[in-house]
This record gives sequence, C-alpha cells and structure tokens, in this order.
Amino acid sequence: MALQSLDIKQRSATTTPSTHVRETLEIAKLIDVSACIGCKACQVACSEWNDIRDEVGNCHGVYDNPMDLTAKSWTVMRFTEVEQNNKLEWLIRKDGCMHCADPGCLKACPAPGAIVQYSNGIVDFHQENCIGCGYCVTGCPFDVPRISKEDNKAYKCSLCSDRVAVNQAPACVKACPTGAIQFGSKEDMKDYAAKRVTDLKERGYEQAGLYDPQGVGGTHVMYVLHHADKPNLYAGLPANPSISPLVSLWKGFAKPLATLALAGVALGSLFHYVTKGPNEVSKEIEDEIEKEDAK
Amino acid sequence: MIRDPKDLKRYEPKERANHWVVGISFILLALSGLAFFHPAFYPLTQLFGGPTWTRILHPYLGVLMAVSFLAMFFRFKHLNKMTPADKEWLSKAKQMVDGNDHNMPEQGKYNGGQKAMFWVMAICMLLMTVSGLLIWRAWFGFDITLVRMGAVVHAAAGAVMIGMIFVHVYAAIWVKGTIRAMWYGTVTRAWAKQHHRGWYRQVTGK
Repeated sequence: MALQSLDIKQRSATTTPSTHVRETLEIAKLIDVSACIGCKACQVACSEWNDIRDEVGNCHGVYDNPMDLTAKSWTVMRFTEVEQNNKLEWLIRKDGCMHCADPGCLKACPAPGAIVQYSNGIVDFHQENCIGCGYCVTGCPFDVPRISKEDNKAYKCSLCSDRVAVNQAPACVKACPTGAIQFGSKEDMKDYAAKRVTDLKERGYEQAGLYDPQGVGGTHVMYVLHHADKPNLYAGLPANPSISPLVSLWKGFAKPLATLALAGVALGSLFHYVTKGPNEVSKEIEDEIEKEDAK
Repeated sequence: MIRDPKDLKRYEPKERANHWVVGISFILLALSGLAFFHPAFYPLTQLFGGPTWTRILHPYLGVLMAVSFLAMFFRFKHLNKMTPADKEWLSKAKQMVDGNDHNMPEQGKYNGGQKAMFWVMAICMLLMTVSGLLIWRAWFGFDITLVRMGAVVHAAAGAVMIGMIFVHVYAAIWVKGTIRAMWYGTVTRAWAKQHHRGWYRQVTGK
C-alpha cells in the first residue's frame, strides 16, 4: 500500500527517517494452534483475496499442500505428528510471515522502499521497488520470502495491509471457521492469548504459552502453543529466532566505516600527491642515459 | 607522442589486453557492487540501466573478471615470487612514500609493494568468486548459513579490493612514466633504471 504514506516506521535501504507523523495502533494476528482444525480455509482465502493462484501440485502422501511457501502461496498449513506425554498429537501450524518488529528482510534489503514497516507493525513488500536479489531471504530468520520464477520479485504475506488500512481484518482471519485466527490490537491479542493459555493449562497443557519471540523484538503474528517450551515441535518453528549475527555484521556499522575508509584512501592519495609531489625520474639518471646515448 | 626506439618493452599486447579486460570489468563491478553495498551508492544503479539490470548484470561481469583475472594470474605469477630484497623494500616502504627512494633496495620487474598487491588481489579475487557464487540466487540456492557467510565475505573482500585498487591506480599516477606501460607497453630506460634497476640490467645487459 504505497499510498498509505504517513505511517511508515522503517523503509529498506533508507538512512533518513520515513514519514511517520501519524501514529497508528500496533496490530497483531494471533494464531491459536490448539483451535486449528487444518481445514486450509485460510490458505484459500489468502489466494482469493490476493488474487494469486498457485500451481496445482501433487499429493505427497501428507496433508501439507502445497508442501512449502511459494511466491503464490503466502501461507501454508504445516502438519506434524508428535508423541507428547505418551499421546499422539497432531500439530497444525499456519506458517507465513511473522511481521517481526525487527525485520531481518528489511535490514538486508538493498533497494530503497522495496520493504517497508508500517507503524501498525505490518512488514510489507513493495514489488515495484524490488530488484530480485534475494537478500530478504538471506535476512529472514523464519525462511519466509520467496522469489517468483516469473518476475523475479520477492513475495510473502502482507498481513492484508490493504484490508487493514480500511479497518478490515485479514482475509485468513475472516475465513477461519473455528476462530483459531484472531486479529486486533497487539495488546488485545496478548490478553486474548493469556485467556487461551490459562484454559490450556487447566486442560493439562502445563507448558502452554504465547509465542511472541523477543529476539526479533516480538512479532505481529503470534501463536498460542500448547507446548510453548518446544516450538520446534511445530514443523521447526525456531525457539529463539533472531537476525543472524552474520546478517547484522553484513548490514551493520562495518559498511559506513568501510565507506569512510575508502574515502580516506582516495583523499589520502590526493593529498599525498599535493604535499609530496610526483615521483619522477631523477635528473641524475636522465643524464646518465643521455651520456650513454652520446657515446 | 613519438616513442624512442630505445624504450624498453614492458608488456606484450596480449598482456595489456588482459589487464584492460580485468580493469574494465573491475570498474564496472565496483560501481555496480557499491550500489548494493550501501544506500548512499544506490544511484549508481542508473549507470547500468536501473536497479534490476544492475542486479542481473553484476554477477556476469563477475564471471568475466574471474576468468580474465585467472588468466592474468597465471601470466604474471612467476614474476611475483617474494624475495628477501622485496621484504626489505616493504620494510622501507614508508621512506618511499615520503618521497625518498635513495635507500630502497634494487628491484626486479616488480617491487615488493607490487608483489604484495598481486597476492592480496589474488586472494580477494578467489574470495569474491566463491562468495559471489554463493549469493547468486538466479542460478544457485545454497544453504542459508553459507549464503549469509557469502554475503559478509563478498562485502568485506569487495571493500578491501576497492581500497587496494585506489592504491594501485594512485601508484601508477604518482610514479611518472608508468601509465604508458599499460597503454602501449613500453617505458623509458631512465624510468626502468630508476624504479626497477634489476629488471633494467636484465633487459639491457648493463
């Protein structure tokens, strides 16, 4: 939503503040994994609202379909069978962009304005500015962005930024038949999650909890997990995600310093020339050669 | 410019052409690479037909530079073996930079500084090529940790190389009578006697 220009918190590859005089409410989507039945209505609603139709794939013998996020599937249900407390559990997690408060994709992106973070928390890709380098994939701690093979642009869940801009809930939230996907202010979602966690604990899931990882400054897509102590159970949800130190090193203070150092070398060379003068052949040697020639 | 028939031949046409291909590709790579290095340089993408074209072209230019540098590496490797005299030269380099070359040991075709440059560039070229392939998403999809390491190494080695090339180019500008060797391959006898006396004696027999 390029026109929603007054509430941008961060903009990729931009070193001056973006327009953010208007403060908007911080929003969040809450996915209650314990209430999800794996119907994939959210996947269909996403495809419908965003007008993207992924290729019809093949059955891989599991419920996951498609098997992974793609440039045309911005959310997928990931199904995992695990044994917990001597019981078989079927864990279903709706995967997609987590809309980190500290987004690794935005940090890594070299194209100004290709990735923006609104002050409401949504991290949005503006494909018209995307150059297709894939640095967002390199930066993301959740392996979410996908580069389209058709146009070489990066795509991912927009948290329906266009709907949210006009006070509508994201399409997946609207479609969910069990209320497993909730949407509202981040504070409200945390309160709602706290109630769900209490309920789950009463039902014997003592480690139930909210997944709002602080390593990335918290997220604007949060999960209620029955096993919050083991997020990895849910198709490899990272326990302590953060922007890789390699990415921070790559995109941190080293580059401005290197730029200054390069400018220093260039200016140093100029002033060396100005102060020391050129290194010319000495008169003495020129005379020697002349004498040789005169012989 | 009329050239003296007694001038000394320093480079064959093939060697000069090779150096120019490396040089041109380096300049294009530095400009396009800096565009993605820091937002301050992003406007450089306009030199290459826009940001997306810059992203597309940069790695192919990299392949060109890798191949042409490899050829140059094998061409000049045997001339760049470090000797004790080179180490002595390097230890006295500060005097040279200060404008006094009277105490510098006699040098062959290349001095210690040029040889050090050669080997640092060779290592950086290797690092650039390997890390560049790791982050070339149009063709490859390596493990994410490798890609992240590739991104760091590519940026770091690139910055080192650009700094080294500034020194390389400035040295050629500073030492008068040098740049013509790159254009048409010859230098004056006086130039050779002053800066590379060992090589001067070798090629003139004096």
